[in-house]
Amino acid sequence: MELTFQIQGGDFTSAGTASSKVRRTLKELGIDASIIKRVVIALYEAEVNIVAHAYKGQITASIDPEQVFLKLVDEGPGIADIEKAMTPGFSTASQQVREMGFGAGMGLTNICRNADVFNIHSIPGTGTTVEITIHIK
Amino acid sequence: MTISEIVSLLRGTVLCGKIDEDDRVEYCFASDLMSDVLTVCRSDFMLITGLSNMQSIRTAEMSDLKYVLIVRGKTPTREMVELAEDNGIVLIVCPYSLFKTSGILYKAGLKGVY
Repeated sequence: MELTFQIQGGDFTSAGTASSKVRRTLKELGIDASIIKRVVIALYEAEVNIVAHAYKGQITASIDPEQVFLKLVDEGPGIADIEKAMTPGFSTASQQVREMGFGAGMGLTNICRNADVFNIHSIPGTGTTVEITIHIK
Repeated sequence: MTISEIVSLLRGTVLCGKIDEDDRVEYCFASDLMSDVLTVCRSDFMLITGLSNMQSIRTAEMSDLKYVLIVRGKTPTREMVELAEDNGIVLIVCPYSLFKTSGILYKAGLKGVY
């Protein structure tokens, strides 16, 4: 099964809608609650990152009996120094993002700790692609 | 501690959600930073926050939480209440600060998640 969502940068009211739909789908499929929590926390953080930092993006969630594979591709400023961005507490978030309760510099750390496989690549000035795999079995 | 006891101690109001008489809260986590909330692995705690926007409810949804307590006399929007209701979240408000709320609940026996 594959679910696709278009995400608009700066749309904080809708941030989390895609993660919520994936969560409901996984619940309907009877996936273990602890697996669902790991998937949606990683996805929600990544979705908020698109809203917070990019102009727009696309999320694809591919669900099969063995794993959930999430691919988030955004068009935006990209990340110049990924290693630095992965440091807990480091953030370039705007005041608006912080007022929404994010921008604490824990997003990528949270994604990484919930993923079985986590890949991120970015082209500064073009955008960022994040791939998250979480095994169901 | 029961939800009724918590609401009474904090002079709070329950805005939505189904409360069973047997429901008990034992653990709490207080934060205005949602990424910090998302680092907590367990789901059996009440979120105490001064962040009154859609993301506080979304965070509770993603974390599988049943109880959200919004402090500092904030008034959640209709959309927040609807989102909480849709997800079976009990949404409570109280007039006290985050510090005072946490102090009252800690003194009454509720525990931190770590």
